[in-house]
Amino acid sequence: MIPISTDTSASAAPAVELRDITKTFPGVVANKDINLVVRRGTVHAVVGENGAGKSTLMKTLYGMHRPDSGTIALDGEQVVLTSPSDAIDRGVGMVHQHFQLADNLTVLENVVLGSEPRRGGRLDFAEATRRILEISDRYGLDVRPDVLVEELGVGERQRVEILKVLYRGARTLILDEPTAVLVPQEVDELFSALRELKSEGLAIIFISHKLDEVLAVADEITVIRRGTTVATVLPSDVTSRKLAELMVGSELPTPETRESTVTDVAELVVSGLTLVDRSGRELLSDVSFTIHRGEVLGIAGVEGNGQAELVETLMGMRRATSGTVVLGADDVSTWSTRRRRESGMAYIAEDRIRHGLLLESPLWENRMLGHQTQAPNSRGPLLDIKGARKDTQRIVEQYDVRTPSIDVLASALSGGNQQKLIVGREMSSEPTLLIASHPTRGVDVGAQAAIWDLLREARAKGLAVLLISADLDELIGLSDSIKVILRGRLVADADPATVTPEQLGSAMTGAEGAA
Amino acid sequence: MSGRFNLKRIGLALAAPVLAILFAMLVTSIVLLAAGNNPLQAYSTMLQQLTKPRIQVNILNSATTYYLSAIAVAIGFRMNLFNIGVDGQYRLAAMLAAAVGGAIAIPAPFHALVVILVAMLVGAFWAGIAGLLKTTRGVSEVISTIMLNFIATGIVAYLLTPGRLAESTQGSNNIGTKPIPESGQVPGLAIIPNAGRNEVYGLIVLAIIIGIAYWFLLNRTRFGFDLRATGSSEPAAIASGVDVKRMVLYAMLLSGAVAGLVGMPQLLGSSYTYSLDFPTGLGFTGIAIALLGRNSPIGIAFGALLWSFLDNSSNSLEFEGVPKQTVLIMQGVIVLSIVIAYELVRRYRIRAVARDVGRQLAATAPEKEAVA
Amino acid sequence: MSATLETPAPAPAEQPKRKLGTSKWWRVAYLLTLLLLLLSVVRTITGVTNLTSSGTIAAALGLSVPIAMAGLGGLWSERSGVVNIGLEGMMILGTFGAGWAGYQWGPWVGLAVAIAFGALGGLLHAVATVTFAVDQIVSGVAINILAVGLTQFLAAELFTGVEGGGATQSPRIPPMGTVTLPLISSGADWVAKQGWFLISDAAGIVAGVTTDVSWITIIAILCLVGSWFILWRTAFGLRLRSCGEAPYAAATLGVKVMRYKYIAVVVSGGLAGLGGAYLAIVAAQIYREGQTAGRGYIGLAAMIFGNWRPGGLAAGAGLFGYTDALQLRGGGAVHALLLLTSIALAGYGVWLLYKRRTIGGVVSIVVAVLVALWYATTDDVPPQVAFVTPYVATLLVLSLASQRLRMPAADGKPYLKGEEH
Repeated sequence: MIPISTDTSASAAPAVELRDITKTFPGVVANKDINLVVRRGTVHAVVGENGAGKSTLMKTLYGMHRPDSGTIALDGEQVVLTSPSDAIDRGVGMVHQHFQLADNLTVLENVVLGSEPRRGGRLDFAEATRRILEISDRYGLDVRPDVLVEELGVGERQRVEILKVLYRGARTLILDEPTAVLVPQEVDELFSALRELKSEGLAIIFISHKLDEVLAVADEITVIRRGTTVATVLPSDVTSRKLAELMVGSELPTPETRESTVTDVAELVVSGLTLVDRSGRELLSDVSFTIHRGEVLGIAGVEGNGQAELVETLMGMRRATSGTVVLGADDVSTWSTRRRRESGMAYIAEDRIRHGLLLESPLWENRMLGHQTQAPNSRGPLLDIKGARKDTQRIVEQYDVRTPSIDVLASALSGGNQQKLIVGREMSSEPTLLIASHPTRGVDVGAQAAIWDLLREARAKGLAVLLISADLDELIGLSDSIKVILRGRLVADADPATVTPEQLGSAMTGAEGAA
Repeated sequence: MSGRFNLKRIGLALAAPVLAILFAMLVTSIVLLAAGNNPLQAYSTMLQQLTKPRIQVNILNSATTYYLSAIAVAIGFRMNLFNIGVDGQYRLAAMLAAAVGGAIAIPAPFHALVVILVAMLVGAFWAGIAGLLKTTRGVSEVISTIMLNFIATGIVAYLLTPGRLAESTQGSNNIGTKPIPESGQVPGLAIIPNAGRNEVYGLIVLAIIIGIAYWFLLNRTRFGFDLRATGSSEPAAIASGVDVKRMVLYAMLLSGAVAGLVGMPQLLGSSYTYSLDFPTGLGFTGIAIALLGRNSPIGIAFGALLWSFLDNSSNSLEFEGVPKQTVLIMQGVIVLSIVIAYELVRRYRIRAVARDVGRQLAATAPEKEAVA
Repeated sequence: MSATLETPAPAPAEQPKRKLGTSKWWRVAYLLTLLLLLLSVVRTITGVTNLTSSGTIAAALGLSVPIAMAGLGGLWSERSGVVNIGLEGMMILGTFGAGWAGYQWGPWVGLAVAIAFGALGGLLHAVATVTFAVDQIVSGVAINILAVGLTQFLAAELFTGVEGGGATQSPRIPPMGTVTLPLISSGADWVAKQGWFLISDAAGIVAGVTTDVSWITIIAILCLVGSWFILWRTAFGLRLRSCGEAPYAAATLGVKVMRYKYIAVVVSGGLAGLGGAYLAIVAAQIYREGQTAGRGYIGLAAMIFGNWRPGGLAAGAGLFGYTDALQLRGGGAVHALLLLTSIALAGYGVWLLYKRRTIGGVVSIVVAVLVALWYATTDDVPPQVAFVTPYVATLLVLSLASQRLRMPAADGKPYLKGEEH
């Protein structure tokens, strides 16, 4: 274990020093000449937009891959990290954005896995419990060792992840988008834990794109853009606007829409929608809203507050416990997914790889997915392959899907092109309602702009759109009206013309207490 | 576009089975050498069998049965369902259909058609039990179909006793169902020259029809699209509107119906009765051949012919002092090595396509991708 | 595994807690006493002493060994995330190894070779599924095919011409010793023969498990206990289980996932081989083609029934062994089993209705009545129908229990090194 050092004076060696780190993948330069210096006893934030290269950099620091060039120095010593075990041995601990926990094992088992204390041949549960409670008390993490992880809430799971790295003697912590799934009370708890850790001499690297939080907790901020470090600033010297400019570089095409195309014809009327799961928990509570033709309704909310369940219930993939869904003139509450699609519902799924594509099928077969019972894909019970191929070619041209041919497997396309194909496919069935769930997630900037244009065009033609997004700028820019969802309930309305991301953010995280 | 891709794809598709066969021959040769036999001699003896008309007929006949069995299994495989129960399904179906066939007397060709229909219904029913258990109780179809195999064995044994559905054949220890009269028998086809009285099963036509129907159903109908989508990615299929539970049931029913046909060529073409010596184990052969042929109707045809050739030429080995069970090793090794080979080829293909596409696109317009 | 459907998740409140709290043990004891009572009642009514005679119980114990070992093998493998359908084939390899080595060098060498052969089968499965990421069920089925062919070939090669042997069986294997607890065994035996309600039945059970118990049975029991200890009380076991629950998470902590999967699958093959050794050495005293008769698969069912834990697995294996033993003792015993099933199903149905699960309750009671009718209108169960008892029991158990179970979270999913989950 690394000896504890609480020396945070400027003359001490920095906890982490990355010099000229470059890392490329086939076809993509993820990191280029990155320089990062993190001092002991500080919280150092690393900010950048989606796809800027932050995660790649952190994986390098955690030993998950080797950089093509550049050096890593930990506490003044140059090191080569060949695996996470190396990084762990050298006191670097990573708390991943997607928690790496086994639901069916207890907290204790998850924490000690790979570094178990032993006595004789047995696992020393008593010793493990003692050490875990010791760390938990010391840093105020409030963790219960004998509970199964699946029973924990999100905030507590994150604290288990933090305890995992502390248990292994980490002196440098990397937190990857830690507040993405937390409610405000949990964020406060996390920040106070971080201050506690910092005062004990740990170095904390905090990756985020939530600029106001970053300004609240960081001692230093490094901005990464397009794979390279752009600036390192002190929070006292910048505003979140300035940070955003540094992150983005030039003026991004904004998703802002100008004229209203909202009609007064209601297309989707949802009343009293309630979804109760097997254990009695209400995933959706009395959700009611209306979307008119030509209107984009945006739903803002922290991930995990019922958006996914709402979408699945609207699509017919889940059966509501009570409430109705009316599409146009039909009450579709009991209709199957297929029937809903046939009567005009289109769907851009949040996870396109799982729900939107057949990866090992060619593009023209993917064009049929979701619409296999409609022209031009089929005639009666038979498929119309020629028709489907022709239409796929049209979609490829019209929606600028970059591919050498329509026979290529879907897995070969980039994320942005896959999404453009999906948007094209869904729009081609002339839907009356489009449910778009995080439509530009994981998509490069160019494709993102193109998709925004497509959504705006469809809206102008009278399409009703339900937009779910974690990108508040996208939400504000594209929507005609916004509702906020919290714990399965619609709790607030917002006018995109006047609301700010900060206001939305606080409504999303709830003015009252934690879950 | 297509030309270059297609040639490469055919090459890749053939590479796996060819590699597997070569590897199996290698392993078998080692075993033979260890036992003091001459592998080359053994192989040439087997190949020589191909020139004999009687053997040619037998190969086609066995292949017909294997083909049907493999198609039945493949229907399930395409949906990620493992119908290991083809074995029980075909035996139960054959026995009950034979009993019905022996009991009725209607003019040809309806008599045979009725027998075939009964077989399909019984097979579908037996497979449907497993399908129902899966969709309603979540019971894995792997285990339930295997259990149903054994239960079918019990039922057949119970019914195949004198006094129930069977009678003793005079002059032998054999017990069988009442023989099907001529109106129900399907004549053979004398398509192999110089084969004398050995004829190919008339129902080889049925096998070909089933093969075409299988291809058509899976590739040209909406139902087939739904089936393949569910097998490829169940969450995507659900999001696209497929009712997965219903698909599971339909797929099992369909698979069972085809399984019921497995015993028909033999029943209606040569034995006309279901007796104690009716062939068993054809269901497992079907699984092996479906794996060999990678669930494609043409691939399965080749696999069935290969397997059938190995089976029917094995007897000749005895004359060389080589135990005919050597062929079993070849078959087993082929199966295992081919599944490994297919997996490797599949992954190589995905990566190759991605690289090709990446290169082609980079040549036209350099595009920076998001690395999330 | 194969196309999974959205099986309803178990309600968290009803999940048995993993701690050895008093409630769980009391519940088990309660159920066992109830079962014994039921057996006694049926025995007294039908007069079929076979139901609880020491002979039947001894046979049940013995017959449950191969099933338990196959199930334990399945448990090891699936706890590391690899589905092993090939257990049947590995068991076949075990029976062959026991026969071939046993008749030449004695039963103990036969046992060792059986385990080794089974482990080799496991190694093959591991190579295919862990290194090459072949679909796990496909690989298992392929191994079963290969095992059958290989053993048929080797038997023909090695056993023909040897005295007592033939293409489908080996010569006789010298018997392995047995263990009998001196006083308890004979005492219990005497009590069992008295025919007293409940006490004699209990005594019959005691006599059955303490008389002429084969060494392999004892080894099997040790394996069960040992597996529990290793998998739930050691670091090795924790790491192995983590590979089946969250392999990518384990990898981030430095656990060598591929290595643990290999070990688990090879061990599973060895255990299946051990089960095969029992069949060949103890049950039949020869290797015979087809002697596994699907026990590898029944073992998997026992594993599922036991919720992937050794205790439940043992109970499941015991249940199947018991039905197997009864079936061997002839139709009369199975006939009595009908009455028992009917009463048990009726009771279960009433309990379901009490819990307000009307559909399940009604179905159970209707089936109970049908089974009772069957019992009443027949005197005997024909042997071919008796033969299917363990298989029907398996189906029943799986149908009734399947929904409340929790398999390891990453079971059946291929682990691709270096990929994010």
